[in-house]
Amino acid sequence: MLTDTDLLHIAKLARLRVEPEELPRYSEQVGSILEYVAKLQELDTEGVPELAHGAGLSNVFRVDEVISSDPDVKARIIAAFPHKEGDLLEVPAVFSDRTE
Amino acid sequence: MKTAIEIARDIREGKRSSEDVVKESLAIIEAQNPALNAVLGVFSNTLDRARDIDRRLAAGEDVGVLGGVPVVLKDNMLVKGERCSAGSRILENYDATYDSTITKRLRDAGAVLIGRANMDEFAMGSSTENSHYGPTKNPWDISCVPGGSSGGSAAVVAAGFVPLAFGSDTGGSIRQPASLTGIVGLKPTYGRVSRYGLMAMASSLDQIGPFARTVEDAALALSVIQGDDPLDGTTVAGADVSVPELIDRDVTGLRVGVPKEYFVEGMDERVRQNVMDAVAVFEKAGAEIVDISLPTSPYALAAYYVVMPCEVSSNLGRFDGIRYGYSSSGSTLLETYERSRGEGFGKEVQRRILLGTFALSKGYYDAYYKKALKVRTLLKRDFDEAFKQVDVIVGPTSPSVAWKLGEKFADPLAMYLSDIYTVSANLATVPAMSIPCGFVDGLPVGLQLTAKPFAESTLFRAGAFYQSATDWHNQTPG
Repeated sequence: MLTDTDLLHIAKLARLRVEPEELPRYSEQVGSILEYVAKLQELDTEGVPELAHGAGLSNVFRVDEVISSDPDVKARIIAAFPHKEGDLLEVPAVFSDRTE
Repeated sequence: MKTAIEIARDIREGKRSSEDVVKESLAIIEAQNPALNAVLGVFSNTLDRARDIDRRLAAGEDVGVLGGVPVVLKDNMLVKGERCSAGSRILENYDATYDSTITKRLRDAGAVLIGRANMDEFAMGSSTENSHYGPTKNPWDISCVPGGSSGGSAAVVAAGFVPLAFGSDTGGSIRQPASLTGIVGLKPTYGRVSRYGLMAMASSLDQIGPFARTVEDAALALSVIQGDDPLDGTTVAGADVSVPELIDRDVTGLRVGVPKEYFVEGMDERVRQNVMDAVAVFEKAGAEIVDISLPTSPYALAAYYVVMPCEVSSNLGRFDGIRYGYSSSGSTLLETYERSRGEGFGKEVQRRILLGTFALSKGYYDAYYKKALKVRTLLKRDFDEAFKQVDVIVGPTSPSVAWKLGEKFADPLAMYLSDIYTVSANLATVPAMSIPCGFVDGLPVGLQLTAKPFAESTLFRAGAFYQSATDWHNQTPG
């Protein structure tokens, strides 16, 4: 079972705002799922490789060449910015505490 | 109700215009969608596109195998300039900035994309009740769920809005709703269909596939959308093997495996009987029925509920309230992230992000994610072994028929258990298809067929035979 402190820590890592009154429900629901998936520990997986791709693909490379972006797509991406100045994406300051 | 193949033929032979067919679809949607809530929006310029097909045909051009046929896409596939919400509040005002590969391939084959189908938010759910835009209802009984997460795509085909629709399947999201609405749903082999422009849920499991009334339509649809794509590095080069146009319906000597683990306690006895009756249909036609075992399958759902949320927590990191989508400004950057995501995502999405973030966090990674990836290998080995003995595996798609709206909504684990037979194919990356095989209390039952990687043609052979021997697929909701 996850404690409130655990959940708040995970929520912060996940950048999710979780209201205090939601904590018991999340704790119960996430807890019951973790209890269910714990059955995986019954299986012996000593020496078993991890599956990455069914057909065994790995390290798929493309040719390293610059392809210019479609101006129409570019305009649509800019239009979708929630906050912008001209064609520039407006981002909140990363370092907000400037008291020092 | 005509199939996609029949409609394309009628249009090609000049018996009907695409404009006429598309107009009819749009009229049915207008009349019937309010009761089902299967379609979230109709695309712009659909009639212009239909008329363009008619013009090109009149000029003697080849308009493609789906020339003029109306199709619907799940609301997580990008069509440039059209709204694409993934059933989420966080994308309620988002218009796609480019075309997905499936959009391009369908248009190249002449299909007319007419609208976007309702879905569980970001494809997370088994009932389409997790949509921010309200649940979709099952056309067979509007007090029941259509399954999910591609419930809208299933309902539009079952209700006869369009002959063909597309969904995405991460743990059963095509096959389970196909089963619950009495139609055909195919999850292709991982790497056969490009995911470019499909909103990622769990990238190592997601695969796009068709919903149709007949196996032949599903096969035709796969032949259109499949194939290597430089824009999706997980597509397998050389995987675009041909799908035979005339499907071989002979199952004499076909080795059909029945896994003992798929008939466990907790499944509806009447569903079990329907599935066994279907097995008998194969046997009568000369197929060899073989009892097999997939020993790791009782652990599949547990592995799925580790791998999937881990990938979800990573993939949904892109929704930050900054670059696109819903944005709720806070006084700091962290607060902007937390508010935008906390207000923009629904409960099930948040639950899975929390679960995945926990399983990937320091100290837990090995016990959860790494362990689950090893179990995927064991599952794949089970299938590799089984396919030495048999050509196709049959079993139920879902342990029950459609349930009432709201019935499992408050209990996530109970909801998850409805995917118990479908997740294995995603984890082991093999192709699987659900076809209608009967009714329980007037609600459809699905038969799941599974084959080895890139052997979809075996699914089509077995499925086309079954549909030639039965008429479940010809029954339509009252």
